[in-house]
Amino acid sequence: MATATTFDHAAPPQAGPRAFIARLRHGDEIAHVITLVFAAAILLITSMLVYELWVNSVLSRTKFGWHFLWTSVWDPVFDNFGSLPFIYGTLVTAVVSLVIAVPLGLAAAIFLADLAPRKFSDPVSFLIDLLAAVPSVIYGLLGVFVVVPLMRTVIGPVLKSTLGFLPIFRGPNYGVGFLTAGIVLAIMVVPFIISVSREVLLTVPREQREAALALGATRWESTWQVVVPWARTGILGSVFLALARALGETMAVTMVIGNDPKISASLLAPGYTIAAVIANEFTEATGNLYLSALIELGLVLFLMTFILNGLARILIVATERGGGRPS
Amino acid sequence: MNRARLMWRKSLNAVMLTLTGIAALAVVSILFLILGYLIYNGGKSLNWAFFTELPKPVGEAGGGMANAIVGSLKLLLLAAVIGLPVGLMAGIYLAEFGGKVFGFVVRYTTDLLNGVPSIVIGIFAYSLAVLPVKHFSALAGGLALGVMVIPITMRSTEEFLRAIPGSLREGAMALGASKWRTIATVVLPAASGGIITGMLLSLARVAGETAPLLFTAFGNRFWSPGWNQPIASLPVMIYNYAISPYDDWHRQAWAAGLVLLGLVLIANLGCRLVLSRTGAGRSA
Amino acid sequence: MRKALTLALFLLGLTATAGAQSSVLLNAAGATFPYPIYSKWFDVYHMQHPTIQINYQSIGSGGGIRQLQAGTVDFGASDAPMTDDQLGQTKVKVLHFPTVLGAVVPTYNVAGVSGDLNFTQKALTGIYLGTITKWNDPEITGANKGVNLPNTDIVVVHRSDGSGTSFIFTDFLSKASDAWKSKVGASASVNWPVGLGGKGNEGVTGLVKQTPGAIGYIELIYAVQNNIPYGKVQNASGKFVKADLAGVTAAAAGAAKSIPDDFRVSITNAPGATAYPISSFTWLLIPTQIPDAAKRDAIKGFLKWMLTDGQNYNEGLSYAKLPKLVVDKEQKAIALIQ
Repeated sequence: MATATTFDHAAPPQAGPRAFIARLRHGDEIAHVITLVFAAAILLITSMLVYELWVNSVLSRTKFGWHFLWTSVWDPVFDNFGSLPFIYGTLVTAVVSLVIAVPLGLAAAIFLADLAPRKFSDPVSFLIDLLAAVPSVIYGLLGVFVVVPLMRTVIGPVLKSTLGFLPIFRGPNYGVGFLTAGIVLAIMVVPFIISVSREVLLTVPREQREAALALGATRWESTWQVVVPWARTGILGSVFLALARALGETMAVTMVIGNDPKISASLLAPGYTIAAVIANEFTEATGNLYLSALIELGLVLFLMTFILNGLARILIVATERGGGRPS
Repeated sequence: MNRARLMWRKSLNAVMLTLTGIAALAVVSILFLILGYLIYNGGKSLNWAFFTELPKPVGEAGGGMANAIVGSLKLLLLAAVIGLPVGLMAGIYLAEFGGKVFGFVVRYTTDLLNGVPSIVIGIFAYSLAVLPVKHFSALAGGLALGVMVIPITMRSTEEFLRAIPGSLREGAMALGASKWRTIATVVLPAASGGIITGMLLSLARVAGETAPLLFTAFGNRFWSPGWNQPIASLPVMIYNYAISPYDDWHRQAWAAGLVLLGLVLIANLGCRLVLSRTGAGRSA
Repeated sequence: MRKALTLALFLLGLTATAGAQSSVLLNAAGATFPYPIYSKWFDVYHMQHPTIQINYQSIGSGGGIRQLQAGTVDFGASDAPMTDDQLGQTKVKVLHFPTVLGAVVPTYNVAGVSGDLNFTQKALTGIYLGTITKWNDPEITGANKGVNLPNTDIVVVHRSDGSGTSFIFTDFLSKASDAWKSKVGASASVNWPVGLGGKGNEGVTGLVKQTPGAIGYIELIYAVQNNIPYGKVQNASGKFVKADLAGVTAAAAGAAKSIPDDFRVSITNAPGATAYPISSFTWLLIPTQIPDAAKRDAIKGFLKWMLTDGQNYNEGLSYAKLPKLVVDKEQKAIALIQ
């Protein structure tokens, strides 16, 4: 973190209005205030968002109370709503997508940043950045035309024949389902992980690498034991970005998950996520309670993101070792 | 040194180099598959009319998405104007000035904002910018997209500012520069490579978003004058056409997807060209 | 750099403001089902009346109703008529104007079956309730003598997104079966007892095509435009009818004599030997009070055109025409818009 004192050729900073005006004249305090205002604006926007969600879901909250969180029915005709299957689906697809995307993305980022020649890795990562701009509808169409048939004809049967004894691979295989959605999500978030992680890895000072190599480390050892830990916070930041995208993705998921609000142990079974059901039903929802229940789902997702982020951060702090960049 | 241990380390080295190479190859091939699919399906229906004409109803030959292309550009411009400064400034604050607790809260909140489904952000912008004035507008759409641009911009700005070594800052201060001067003239330019990447990434992401625009920018079959009218955009057109029963519209949807990607590509290239010309880049 | 940027912005603003003089701009929102014919109509009308621009966006029937209630659009469109509750919540009185007719057809993917299957009403309700689970169930084989139906599981496919198509289909099922009506009901989104959800017609079609033993329901237009095989459904008179434009218009004609004055009627399971049982109107929702004179005249003019010349475009896009009785009644109702 930057130092707090200003090495100004005027008198050293003191408390008191005169010193404040002096600092103001030198522009530092203005810079501090301006940037503070923008940072606070983010808090303001998010609070307004939560407020809107809270206010517009009042009908549903008062009718169902806490039951909303652990009931498994979703009946727009008889006005009975519960969010459990959607919470389950959101969690499962997010976890599956990260399990696939993080190792793959990190490995690719390491390769592109450290182990590949710049002439190769620069254009390649430029193209990977481009993937982030592909509209989710297109990812959805690709999922439907490519991933779903692949899952039904190749991946599903292979998994069932080799690992079919595991409860996560039991049951009928339609092609759509949790695993398919997880794969499509993984493809969508991997560009974020690679892009940001690669940039962060490139900022690690050369001296660190060279010091490790000078001590006799192999290339891999210097990368894995010195460079990557140094860039740890940035890499984890990219994983947070990926997680957030996976939790909130709507279009692509709804085209490949089967849209069945049920809880199943098997990854091959169809499911539903919060973002997908909101996207599917919001534009057609006419009843006030119905609409309110959908908005309450948005609130529930917000709560989930809150908790997941908190857990992840605790995990980071708990596993803190040496080797990180001094902050 | 122990011979066996050396052999182990050397083979681990080779194995991991190969594995990471395979991972990179896998991702790159998937990328090429997607791009190839898009180019193949979209390229078939790309013609001059696509870029210059307004949409025609189904059954009539020709027609294009000229208004949607201009619309997407206008919306991206609004999103950039609204979201990038907030993200940039907030990132600077967190990296250069921030207190521990307040900084933690802001970072946490930004991650939460990033996880909100895009349709919920659309609903939010709807209640802020559409309901009070009782009409849809490009401004409302730009607001929704702008809010989505903030988190990625902020995170990357903060990360890359932090990556600048203290020695650079102290050197500037030792020469008598005040703090803001240091940030503006030394630290920011040094980190600009990563920061611009973050900005472009965030704009690329919102360029393809459909859901937040449905209730804000709404959509328009005609030209949209000014900023206060409903406006067409490529993602919404893709969505409308992809779910229709007509083959002709499906082909136009693929073409639109390709054009969207092309726009982002040009924006990316343009920014990097400007960057390299002004000599800004990484500090390593 | 900066100069180039300002120049670009200026040019952008210029091109964007071209053509903004003295025209009547109308915004409308609603149903996705009639989007193709509406976009055709509004385009043709604009060419005949260059100063009138009607911008229609298909954000869904529910969305259309809500935007009409919020006052952000000039008129709406819906595949399902507004309920009394919804009408009560709307500040201004709303008129329903039927525009076209559509139908919902069953499509399936059964090994060894290439012709049209006959579906009794009991069969369809049983399949979607989950009580009939195999293709060689007596209810299905009984109506399809001579067809070799295999002993495979039926994979049920329905719409995941709320839609008018689902409303029409579930409305039919509710009339065909009391069990369905009390257990599930009719709506754009219901709590489906069984099945996978596909997004949009193409989602359902895709799932059915790819999944052996699957059955789904899609719009007639979609089936016709994409050459998708579909089956026959038993109507109220007991006959098996394959959906086509004539059968749909017959269903509407059968119900037209008893159509209420506000045009809110369901024509599923309509009487008549040739009537196709899963048919429906789709409506434009027009407020009775339109303060802006130019807008009011534009809307009234369009409605008159739609009921006469406009109907000629229906069949080309696989929509059925309105029966004459209904057209005449609507012409009179236009006068109610003030």
